[in-house]
Amino acid sequence: MKSRPATIRIAAGQGFWGDWLEAPYRQVTGGPVDYLMMDYLAEVTMSILQKQKARDPSLGYARDFIPLMERILPTVAERGIKITANAGGVNPQACAQAVAEVARRLRLGGKLRIGVVTGDDLLGRLDGLLARGHELRNLDTGRPLSDVRDRVLSANAYLGAWPVVDALRGGADVVVTGRVTDTGLTLGPLIHAFGWRPDAWDLLAAGTVAGHTIECGAQCSGGNCLVDWERIPDLANVGYPIVDAAPDGTFEIFKHPGTGGRISVAGVTEQLVYEMGNPAEYITPDCVADFTTIRLEQKGKDRVRVSGVKGRPATDKLKVSVAYFYGYKAVGTLVYAWPDAYKKAQAADRILRQRLADLDLKFEAVLTEFVGADATHGPLARAAARLDELPEVQLRIGVRSRDKPAVERFTREIAPLILNGPPSVTGFAGGRPKPEEVVAYWPALLDKHMVEPCVDVVEV
Amino acid sequence: MKRIRLLDIAHARSGDKGDTANVGLIALKPEYYPILVKHVTAARVARHFKGMISGPVERYELPNLHALNFLLHGALDGGGTISLKTDAQGKVFSTALLRLEVEIPSAVPT
Repeated sequence: MKSRPATIRIAAGQGFWGDWLEAPYRQVTGGPVDYLMMDYLAEVTMSILQKQKARDPSLGYARDFIPLMERILPTVAERGIKITANAGGVNPQACAQAVAEVARRLRLGGKLRIGVVTGDDLLGRLDGLLARGHELRNLDTGRPLSDVRDRVLSANAYLGAWPVVDALRGGADVVVTGRVTDTGLTLGPLIHAFGWRPDAWDLLAAGTVAGHTIECGAQCSGGNCLVDWERIPDLANVGYPIVDAAPDGTFEIFKHPGTGGRISVAGVTEQLVYEMGNPAEYITPDCVADFTTIRLEQKGKDRVRVSGVKGRPATDKLKVSVAYFYGYKAVGTLVYAWPDAYKKAQAADRILRQRLADLDLKFEAVLTEFVGADATHGPLARAAARLDELPEVQLRIGVRSRDKPAVERFTREIAPLILNGPPSVTGFAGGRPKPEEVVAYWPALLDKHMVEPCVDVVEV
Repeated sequence: MKRIRLLDIAHARSGDKGDTANVGLIALKPEYYPILVKHVTAARVARHFKGMISGPVERYELPNLHALNFLLHGALDGGGTISLKTDAQGKVFSTALLRLEVEIPSAVPT
């Protein structure tokens, strides 16, 4: 058996699919790291990928992952860095295939193993599950999934760290997964490197906290940080966070030397509370982490130590994320200038709403915001601002409906206001807004034993 | 007593879970945390966001991080992709909460 490392370094390559393309490259070249972790999947991403796969069976994964691999594989192969990424979307096999082709082109044949994690995709099993009494009730509304069954576009169980561990134990250098939790992509390498046991709840919770800390990329290293934001240095060159973890579950967050941004207790705290529910019960497939036990300590410049994390046994359920077709929406905007910018925008809104009513168009929702006045802070902002002197206000009006023609007709009612509504209006260069299909999200729970993760490791 | 904005003694970050926005409110100094616990109750926050959210407010305490976590239910016009709001993901409820004013003893340095 190989000896266990004293510590391992796991670098976050991005905070979401669409994040800074330079970040993962800089993470593997800017200093020593052992793992690169890449989270690609948001709640609605899977439905877009299912659509792509339906059109072309060789698609359905995060295609951006392939040019990234082309750019960094020579470096990671040379340095022995391993990669965990849920870039596989709804087609991890095809994603692994595409990575293998790139690797062969880079003459890495025989030098690279790719792990593939599947078993999360429930779309083809839904009717069977429903027939066997698994109702997949909506966690927010309590309604059974049968309500929207005929409109379902994707359904995936959230897998945890263990299939990632299995792939790494099988010798994988690059682990490509479907819907594995963001935190599992960090916890998996820690379990693998340190030999943590499946019931070591405090350790699993610590690794989960490590994953949560870095899963949003630079949001814990100075990006989107409110504290002292004007003095956070060199965000143009921001360093993404890296976990330096020890076998006892303690870890430090740092970034490569010479990079911008800041790693402070205040900034890490902001990330810890981000998208938090009950902090004593952060539930993942692997454990229940208690965020009220976390201790933070500034260990030096741009280095924060995390310790004390307690955990409890995992539940017997897995979260399931279902996406279904909901309807249509469109948002139109116009900009009104001083004087009386806010009053003109308000008048335009009243005129537009009257025209929609006169056309007898039915919408589930019509929402007006005045950007520059109340779009972000609503009545709180209106109470505080000098509304009569605003230099400009953007009228932003959106509609949502099951009825596509109603939404289409709405999109034609914006531009006429330029010549037949209130004066001093501009900012319509983008043209008519387009009706957008709305895909909604249906969170549910499923008995864990109904989901069997599948792990393959293939040599390139 | 003096009247201050939470902006003077706290920072915050917010995000979404479905139609619920969460706001993590963090004391700028450990000694400000008891002020947050005492004054920034769930009921007070619900009043602050009157007209902006349709559901209840829940509060959780994280004394270890000198932070409170608020869940604002029904804050996002259906949430995620359904929402027509500019802030569909609840990203700036954080600073909206920092507008809240509280009365604290004049002896507390801010």
